Amino acid sequence: MTRLLLFLTLVMAQPLVAQTALPPAPYADRQLDDPAQEKKAHELMLTIRCLTCQSQSIADSNASMAADLRSQIRERIAAGEDPEAIRAWLVERYGDWVSYAPTTAPILWPLWAAPALLLLGGGALAAARVRRRHSSKRKAG
Amino acid sequence: MIAELGLAALWLAASLALLQLALVWFGLVGDKADLLAGVRPVAVAQAGLCAIAFLALIALFLRSDMSVALVAANSHSAKPWLYKFAGTWGNHEGSMLLWVTVMGLAGAGVALLERALRRDTHMATLGAQAAISLGFYAFLLFSSNPFARLAAAPEDGQGLNPLLQDPGLAFHPPTLYLGYVGLSVAFSFAVGALMTRNVDAAFARAMRPWVLGAWVLLTIGITAGSYWAYYELGWGGWWFWDPVENASLMPWLAATALLHSVTVLATRDALRAWTVMLAVVAFSMSMVGTFLVRSGILTSVHAFAVDPERGTFILALLLVYIGGALALFGFRVGTVREGAQFELVSRETMLVLNNLLLSVVLGVVLIGTLYPLMTEAFGHKVSVGPPYFDAVAGPIALGLMLVMIAGPVTRWRHDALRAVGGRLLVPTLVGLAALSALAVLAWGRIGVLPFLGLVIAAATAVGSLTPLGKRNLRRTPLFTYGMVIAHLGCAVSIAGMASDSAFTVEKLAAMRVGDRVSAAGWTVSLDQIGPIAGDNWTAMQADVSAARDGGTPVLLHPQSRFFTTPPTATNESAILTRWNGQLYVVLGEPTQDGRWQMRIWWKPFVTLIWLGGGLIALGGLLSLIGRERRGWMKRLRKAAA
Repeated sequence: MTRLLLFLTLVMAQPLVAQTALPPAPYADRQLDDPAQEKKAHELMLTIRCLTCQSQSIADSNASMAADLRSQIRERIAAGEDPEAIRAWLVERYGDWVSYAPTTAPILWPLWAAPALLLLGGGALAAARVRRRHSSKRKAG
Repeated sequence: MIAELGLAALWLAASLALLQLALVWFGLVGDKADLLAGVRPVAVAQAGLCAIAFLALIALFLRSDMSVALVAANSHSAKPWLYKFAGTWGNHEGSMLLWVTVMGLAGAGVALLERALRRDTHMATLGAQAAISLGFYAFLLFSSNPFARLAAAPEDGQGLNPLLQDPGLAFHPPTLYLGYVGLSVAFSFAVGALMTRNVDAAFARAMRPWVLGAWVLLTIGITAGSYWAYYELGWGGWWFWDPVENASLMPWLAATALLHSVTVLATRDALRAWTVMLAVVAFSMSMVGTFLVRSGILTSVHAFAVDPERGTFILALLLVYIGGALALFGFRVGTVREGAQFELVSRETMLVLNNLLLSVVLGVVLIGTLYPLMTEAFGHKVSVGPPYFDAVAGPIALGLMLVMIAGPVTRWRHDALRAVGGRLLVPTLVGLAALSALAVLAWGRIGVLPFLGLVIAAATAVGSLTPLGKRNLRRTPLFTYGMVIAHLGCAVSIAGMASDSAFTVEKLAAMRVGDRVSAAGWTVSLDQIGPIAGDNWTAMQADVSAARDGGTPVLLHPQSRFFTTPPTATNESAILTRWNGQLYVVLGEPTQDGRWQMRIWWKPFVTLIWLGGGLIALGGLLSLIGRERRGWMKRLRKAAA
């Protein structure tokens, strides 16, 4: 019975394994020995989009594309590259879409300005309201 | 037969909604007061018919009636009954039917339970509720009929997405929908009050329990959904600023702001126009969220029922309702008299700050979520993800926590700055103590945001309890306890988030049976791996034993599951909960040399995130009971007499 189950499981899993039948990327799921480097690599991976998934970072995905990129990032970090340089390289290769951290391209300036504008605009509105109430009260009093 | 019955009930419910709207319209505008007597019974009957339609769909799923297109496309006879049942709303049509059912029931609730509201406003509110329902009935009947039959029934169904085959499905979507759609009541109240020019403190007191109820359910729904994604997706993440997550967060943010401003209106008769505006915005955010999720214009890891064509229909509904409500607001805002005055140092000002910061976060989340769509229109694909939202919403949220410490100890109308400062002494000292302790222990090892998060969480935890100091605890009203507990929950939750992001240890290992690895004081060994079968899946299951610092090992069973209909693999993580955190173990794929890829995380105090969410919901519930108990008791006595 157990053997039959094992057989069935492996047969059913075949199409899933087939996706990854290529020789796996060496550092896809292997951490770097230096914890500081691994931390840098992991933090970068969290902000790189898996292009074949539905909105997942490559750090959170089983897809072979994500595994591939994880391995590449670890190898480059191990070789001493700067995380932001690697991001720039990825963006150049795959476009802005690949980076969850919005870049500083002009089309993204409004996005970066939005929080400050909202805060200033809302703050000014609220302040005007409070001040008006304040002064009208004083006049009335 | 059941399908036809369901469809007939749905058509009848829709026509009753139309009747309800007409009765209110001709009753109020045409001044035929006798028509209004029919409104409440019609609202109740409409809800009943809608519930019948929904029960009919549940019955079809439970019986696996494959002649119904929806069942055939989303169910399978070999599924466990719980997933047949919950699978009713694990698809587009079913979830929209759940939506209108909840909306109908909420309307019936307003018809039966609401007593505090002026009669014409009450009627106008029910009219608005019927008008919103009508749009969604039309959507269901004309473009998403859940009861459509197939010409020839297939042998068996295509199955439910395995990621959804979890007890979470039975609980999370209905709770979230109750919250989403509960906000439609606030929307209808706002429209009703604008129509009948009746925005004042009494109106706010009538609206508050509905807002509070929807907010509690929304809080529970989001908290539960976050935990579900955390253990089901198998990567240890609990929030990713994914569009679907943002879609649930936006109504919550608006509802939280509304909850606070409605209290100002109810207590002090201030912030009238703003409160009405927020009530419109809150439900608008629910609809925007639904549109984003259902239309599939944004890719999401949680979107399971997507259909771009129907997106257009929802977009049209959205424009009609939001546009209509805003236009009404524009026309009538001049008739809303300015409310009561208050001084600069007052609780009102604190609550205005609360509303300001919450609205800014809401604006940022909305813009960040929609931004990729806007740039795509210019042919430029970008992603806006955690680095942006964390960097922007994180600091504002921490600022909000500071306001949360100061607000409850500031008096209404007017207070002295010095006195408020004195009441903040203890939380400030606790914050400074936490700051120095963390600076010594973890300086430079953790990020700025988690660092500040931990400090402010400590200060807020103590600060949230300050309103209870110097009070007779027995005489303290229940709603004050509710506020204290909800605010404490925020501190607890932020502490969990900061701790998870600062101290999580990750260990990836390729293991053979018999291997052991250690991480963060845990020794994890892979004892055995073997096949196992469930109703509609087979799996490889690992026996993993985990021991902390040489203690007694605990057995864990992570699985790698394979489903046949539809063919999918999922990782069932195994989670070991300790008081100070969770050990999270995932069995990955086999490597070519016969080892198994294991992912292991130790997440200190991560459970606080959801514990905090639970406390927030509990606080809301206590507040609701505390405010409304007397009215409920009175009505019960009256009913008994």
